[in-house]
Amino acid sequence: MFILFLPGLAMAYEAQPLATNPQAEARLKALAVELRCLVCQNQTLADSNAPLAEDLRREVREMIAKDMSDKEIIDFLVTRYGDFVLYRPPWKLTTTLLWLGPFLLLGVGATGLVFALRRRQKKVTDVTLSEAEHTRVAKLLSEGVHRP
Amino acid sequence: MNRFLIPFGLFIVVVGFLAVGLTLNPRELPSPLVGKAAPEFSLQQLHDPEKVISSNDLKGKVWLLNFWASWCGGCKEEHPVLIRIAQSGEVPIYGMDYKDQRSEALAWLKEWGNPYQIVAVDEPGRVGINYGVYGVPETYVIDKAGVIRYKQIGPIREDILEKKILPLVRELQKQ
Repeated sequence: MFILFLPGLAMAYEAQPLATNPQAEARLKALAVELRCLVCQNQTLADSNAPLAEDLRREVREMIAKDMSDKEIIDFLVTRYGDFVLYRPPWKLTTTLLWLGPFLLLGVGATGLVFALRRRQKKVTDVTLSEAEHTRVAKLLSEGVHRP
Repeated sequence: MNRFLIPFGLFIVVVGFLAVGLTLNPRELPSPLVGKAAPEFSLQQLHDPEKVISSNDLKGKVWLLNFWASWCGGCKEEHPVLIRIAQSGEVPIYGMDYKDQRSEALAWLKEWGNPYQIVAVDEPGRVGINYGVYGVPETYVIDKAGVIRYKQIGPIREDILEKKILPLVRELQKQ
């Protein structure tokens, strides 16, 4: 689908902020970095030069001009494009694994590590030295660090 | 043997995830609009700029809304399928000329044929945003009450038409 937007991309230019109202632009920027461009999915709305991203920035700009709250603006986009437009997915039943997964894996890893270390510790048992070995160790130590 | 069991089990799980994950198309996003009322629009017609086409005029019948553009490659790809639907007369297709230029759109339809009852012009792409369009072609199946029942992202292929769209249309027409 990306290819479909190539003709538009060929003409793409640096995303231009309409610096009419610096306060509104700052709000647009803050919102746009939280929103995903649906055409080039790994870019935010702020980064993307895709025609759709430009249109969406225009929509957001107009909504800011209408004095809508951030929540209203985000809801506007989510009702149309789904949670996927959000770079921070909301906490829901379907996203539980997404949010908890890393901690779950960390827990599994830590438990595994503890068990592995404990098992290794058991293998290291004190070796009792015989009388002859003790005298040999004492003799070697008394000779000091002396290499021929 | 036993010490290989856990790594092997993990390996199988990872392969399972990859087998499913890698075959999914990340471009196909589920639309939150399916099952909701189709956003209303009232737009200039492509062939007759004096006239307006409104979504309200289409209530009471099952119809397809196809977002397309003359600059879109996938639209060319699905075009024969649309022509076939139009010829069968099973369901009317309404076109939405998305972010396009009138002269080019008209030339495109003249060259390849016009499968649409009426084509609306969405030059700024606003209606597209209301429908959650993020790449053309996209096609919506809208029922008699004006509710979106299905969204096709990307070109309609023969198998999608036969297995999904036409059975759904027939079902909705009976209601």
